[in-house]
Amino acid sequence: MIKKVTYQSFFFYFFIKKVFAAESGGMPQLNPEFWVSQIFWLTITFGILYIILSKLILPKISANLESRKLQISDNIEAADKQRKESEAKSKEYEEIIYKGKSDAKNIFNEAREKALKDINAKKEVLDKQIDEEIKKAESEINQLRKDAPAKINKIAIETASEITKKLIGAEINNSSISAIVDDLSKRNGDKYYGN
Amino acid sequence: MAANPMTQFEVYRIGPEIKIGAFDISFTNASLFMVVSSIAIMIIFNLGSKKNSLLPTKLQLLAELSYTFVSKMISDTAGSKARPYFAFIFSLFMFVLFCNMFGMIPYTFTVTSHIIVTFMLAAFIFIGVTIIGFIKHGFGYLKLFVPSGVPTVLLPLIVIIEIISYLSRPISLSVRLFANMMAGHTMMKVFGGFVISLGVVGGWLPLSFSVALTGLEILVAFLQAYVFAILTCIYLNDALNLHH
Repeated sequence: MIKKVTYQSFFFYFFIKKVFAAESGGMPQLNPEFWVSQIFWLTITFGILYIILSKLILPKISANLESRKLQISDNIEAADKQRKESEAKSKEYEEIIYKGKSDAKNIFNEAREKALKDINAKKEVLDKQIDEEIKKAESEINQLRKDAPAKINKIAIETASEITKKLIGAEINNSSISAIVDDLSKRNGDKYYGN
Repeated sequence: MAANPMTQFEVYRIGPEIKIGAFDISFTNASLFMVVSSIAIMIIFNLGSKKNSLLPTKLQLLAELSYTFVSKMISDTAGSKARPYFAFIFSLFMFVLFCNMFGMIPYTFTVTSHIIVTFMLAAFIFIGVTIIGFIKHGFGYLKLFVPSGVPTVLLPLIVIIEIISYLSRPISLSVRLFANMMAGHTMMKVFGGFVISLGVVGGWLPLSFSVALTGLEILVAFLQAYVFAILTCIYLNDALNLHH
């Protein structure tokens, strides 16, 4: 490809040369009058340009680019670090929240159990007390029931003696009355204390 | 004004005649535009590298983009071994580009439209690359002329062709740039002349041509600088990494 371009260039060169040769008497480029001057000034200007660019300007541009790259990568690194930190923080926060929740649950459960236990204990005590009271009352009732006929008999005897005294004005021996009451109560006992 | 389209390429003395021995090294219009181009490059890149702000200014961006552009071009074509020659290729690219671009301004002189200038650059590159090749590979550099996988019968012919192709590198490199610049500028001058000679009535067509040609020439100015630099990189690549 390069060779082709070269040949084309050559053809073009000769074409141009022929076209304008008749008119101008050749190309100024082929006039060697100032060749040495051009070589000299090319060497000087290009040499100075090369030295100044390579020693002064290009290192500065390179340093600028490098420092920018460094700064950007530093910033990215810092951002990355902060992101990681915040991630760790949020994890910590979540853990705390989770722990708090489970703690609260535990505490609640404990309190509930304790309360239930208390309630149960108190209920037992109360049940016992109630049982006792009931037993006591029952025994009292039984006692009263047991005592009742005797007392009634006594009341009956006393009432009977009083009544007779009031009615006929005679003192009647309590023992005779009690014998009658006993006899009556035995007869009618079932009627009064039907158990 | 039937100006000769070749007069724009004429070199004339500015100031007194300076002679060293038999050699005339007077300051000419060609010298002036070499100096102008070099100084313009130095000023632009100096301003572009002075302040290092994280958000680049326009000139800084220009300088840095040029730097990365050339840097990428070199690493793509010649690899990392060509790093030490970065400054040279950068200077070369910028010098040719600025000379071409300054030539696009009316009434200026195009330094690169002179075969002697482009040939000197190309010859310097050719000699430099050859020296680098021999330093890196010794006489092994001659293997460049012996491609692998060629039948033995054809080998003498191939070697001769390769040697001719190698020796014609400075010529092709210099003539390509010179011919492109000269042809473009001549064409623009010719069309400009048509505009004048055809006048208000018929001058519009060559004028529109002239406008289009200006755009094309600006493209060519950049492209030829790029081609010049990239071919230098390719030659350097041959010398640094012997592939054959």
